[in-house]
Amino acid sequence: MITIVDYGIVNLRNIVRALEHVGGKVLVSRDGKDIEEAERLVLPGVGAFASGMTELRSRGLDEVIVNAVNSGTPILGICLGMQMLFEKSLENGCHAGLGLIPGDVVPIPRRDPNGLKKRKVPHVGWSELKLAPQRSSWRGTSLSGTSPGEYVYFLHSFMATTEEVNWPLAQCIYEGLPVVAAVESENVTGLQFHPERSGPVGLSILERFLKI
Amino acid sequence: MRNVRLIARLDVKAPNLVKGIQFEGLRKLGDPNGFAQKYYCEGVDEIYYEDIVASLYERNNLLDIVEKTTSNIFVPVTVGGGLRHVDDVAAALRAGADKVAINTEAIRRPEIIQEVADRFGSQCLVLSIQAKQQGDRWEAYFDNGRERSGVDVLEWAEYGQNLGAGEILLTSVDREGTSKGFDLPLQKAVAEKVEIPVIASGGMGCEQDLIDAIKTGGVDAVAMAHVLHYGICNLRDLREACYAENIPVRRLSN
Repeated sequence: MITIVDYGIVNLRNIVRALEHVGGKVLVSRDGKDIEEAERLVLPGVGAFASGMTELRSRGLDEVIVNAVNSGTPILGICLGMQMLFEKSLENGCHAGLGLIPGDVVPIPRRDPNGLKKRKVPHVGWSELKLAPQRSSWRGTSLSGTSPGEYVYFLHSFMATTEEVNWPLAQCIYEGLPVVAAVESENVTGLQFHPERSGPVGLSILERFLKI
Repeated sequence: MRNVRLIARLDVKAPNLVKGIQFEGLRKLGDPNGFAQKYYCEGVDEIYYEDIVASLYERNNLLDIVEKTTSNIFVPVTVGGGLRHVDDVAAALRAGADKVAINTEAIRRPEIIQEVADRFGSQCLVLSIQAKQQGDRWEAYFDNGRERSGVDVLEWAEYGQNLGAGEILLTSVDREGTSKGFDLPLQKAVAEKVEIPVIASGGMGCEQDLIDAIKTGGVDAVAMAHVLHYGICNLRDLREACYAENIPVRRLSN
């Protein structure tokens, strides 16, 4: 059973359908008890960091999620959901996240260090997944069924950064800028891209998460 | 160059997929979901549904189609046509849309761009612009290319971006339905003006038009209707043509 945290996001349908499509039994819940008892959790997210965190907090779900994860429940954060697992985000101010992953969320820079216009934001479209710098393979991770060079779909204006080199699993290069595409350590996994929108490649990643 | 997207545009007059043929009106082509499935299997990058009736009554029928489509295809879906209010956007997203495209209401009331961006994020909002040439400038039209706004397209694109639009969907009113190719100067002007992705739509007649839109027009994505629905081009060949021209597009896994 996979429990999707419902904190008022409008578009849950796609992640539910994708998980069901790969054989998952899905429960969508905003109830603290369901989350506490979950076998595995998905934290989806579309929209703004601050309102996402406010919605979680107003339902008391931030604490429940942190406790569940600290007691070993596997969690998959997707897009904004991944970003909310980090310590803080600089989207429209400075906002605290759940603090489960060390690091911050910052704007994707439009300009290169010389100030020249470099890249369009949001990062929209299909980019190639590559191994993160400290990784030699994805064996034993949530990406073990995926090969470097496969394409997944990104749709975001902010990106995660971390100093902890063992967390990043995958990156993509967006107009010359390395962007963290996936992070993982123990029972916490984050995907910046949308696996539920990334065709067969994305579906196979979701299928792997079901098997943890 | 960033990776370019190949998008299938499906104009819907629920429950049918339709295509506007210049001087002829609308032709019914069949079940939209069937076409969407086919394109998904052929590796389309995104699906764009345009509700061309866009009346309150017809709205639910399009959302039924979106729900059905998103039940068994797993690439992004954008919905446009007749979205007047943030609640309409919420309904579209709830039905499975990842993004929405707004034209008429944004011209009438630009604040809607900010309202949608604030509530759902800029990345879910595509500002749809219909451009008609006036001398060496272009004017923004609305209501399915029927009404003049008096607004300059380049200024409007930039203004929309600053209000929070995540992408621009740019259609040439002059070329739409003609299969005579894109308005490349229009595309180039808009692509250079804004710092958000631009999707070109309207007028594609052959493979070369796609190449021109990307290389000359500088757009980030091309939305195709007529060429796909009538089998004039297919997605695999278009992707191969991009590789041959060193245009970065998604490579499909086998």
